[in-house]
Amino acid sequence: MMTQVPRRPWTQRWHVKPIGWTVLMVGLLIASSRMTGVDVAMFFGNLGQFTELLVRMSQPAWDYLPVILNPLYETIQMAILGTTIGAVFAVPFAVLAASNLVHNRWLRGGIRLILDLVRTLPDLLLAAIFVAIFGIGSTAGVVTLAIFSFGMVSKLFYEVIETIDMGPLEAMESVGANPLVIIWYAVLPQILNQFVSYFLYTLEINVRASTVLGYLGAGGIGVFLQRSLNEFNYSQTAVIILATLVVVMVIDGISNHLRRVLL
Amino acid sequence: MEATPMISFKHVNKIYDNGTVGLKDINFDIPHGEFLVVVGLSGAGKSTLLRTINRMHEITSGEIRIEDEAISQYKGRSLRLLRRKIGMIFQNFNLVKRSSVAKNVLSGRVSYYPTWKSILGLFSADDRQKAVQSLHRVNLAEKLYARADELSGGQQQRVAIARTLMQDPKIILADEPIASLDPLTTKTVMDILKRLNREDGITVIVNLHSVALAREYADRIVGLRAGEVVYDEPIAKVTEANLNQVYQAG
Repeated sequence: MMTQVPRRPWTQRWHVKPIGWTVLMVGLLIASSRMTGVDVAMFFGNLGQFTELLVRMSQPAWDYLPVILNPLYETIQMAILGTTIGAVFAVPFAVLAASNLVHNRWLRGGIRLILDLVRTLPDLLLAAIFVAIFGIGSTAGVVTLAIFSFGMVSKLFYEVIETIDMGPLEAMESVGANPLVIIWYAVLPQILNQFVSYFLYTLEINVRASTVLGYLGAGGIGVFLQRSLNEFNYSQTAVIILATLVVVMVIDGISNHLRRVLL
Repeated sequence: MEATPMISFKHVNKIYDNGTVGLKDINFDIPHGEFLVVVGLSGAGKSTLLRTINRMHEITSGEIRIEDEAISQYKGRSLRLLRRKIGMIFQNFNLVKRSSVAKNVLSGRVSYYPTWKSILGLFSADDRQKAVQSLHRVNLAEKLYARADELSGGQQQRVAIARTLMQDPKIILADEPIASLDPLTTKTVMDILKRLNREDGITVIVNLHSVALAREYADRIVGLRAGEVVYDEPIAKVTEANLNQVYQAG
């Protein structure tokens, strides 16, 4: 005997929704490339210049490596310092921005507005401002990275907090713990490993970002990257990029390892 | 003169913001040291009733008195002190799964410490000993350093009971404590609750689905239907037939 299956409505039978969304998305893509004047033909036409650049970068000047080791080291220090300062300040803000912990909509909205504002400021603008304030050097770079990481990490953190199991919080509340103790005992253990993972992810981004910040005189390897590019010395550029790649890969490896260990 | 009850409900009503009636004119007393089982269908208001006792849920009108004190005005510290003497056990155990059993058990004691000591984990040697004893009472002393998520469901619920014991509770509220457990561990957990009730004189209030278990363990059974008390009998007067009326539609 056949089991009676209810008939699907025609919108489901003809996949109206998925098709509609796909058409809309493709349409928007085409429209936005028209409006912003992106010329796909030009991209493919000038691809030759790009390959030429790659060819010139394909012979890294390895003797340049000792020169950049110190600035690279400085870059890593800047990134670690900036990320740490930013992440430390991000924790209380993330807690206050999490909708499952703070039920006062105005407080939460205010905190999120501040975080949005911080994230809106481009890191290059921040770097320019802080180079003007602190002068050329790594202090400006560290402050820039700290603020940049703060904005990014606090958003990642509060999104993690919003996914936790609320059961232990209820239990700690029923025990008679105050809010700070509840967060310490019931929230932090649940999010610690994801915090570490996001911290390292931000550190990795900051290593890459600080190479660009060097352009504005904010210290680190970026100064040398800018110099080599200005001198069209692409074999030196290649060494800098490869060295940065190694650093990023090492951080990535540490991150993967820690996530496994902490899980 | 009759002794003052442990918990006393007087014309307690609870209406949710969306207009749903949670509790309707609840009136009864729970004497010291009673093992009370609350039965009823899902959504009858059992969980709500339980949580009004430690103010995890607020009531709309009426009064709840615990040891002859009205609790509805408690705020901040006085509310936390009220909760300290009321232990709570949950269906899903609500342990911090990534923390050790020791830390989970000790967390039941934090309301006896100032915030900074709790955060730094500066528990006294006496309280660390007490944590071992609490685990011993639920027969899990050997799991002190295990991580909570390494334990089976029944073991996790026993850790949760050990955590509650750290509060030195006068009352234990258990909200469907065995709903996620198999029959064998169910018996273990219910036996432990019964023992705490008998040996320590803790007043125990348990929400249960199972009528058979209710009859096996309770001193008294209260039945809820649609937020109303429709049944309230000491165990001597409970019969299969009259208890079943709790589950009959309005």
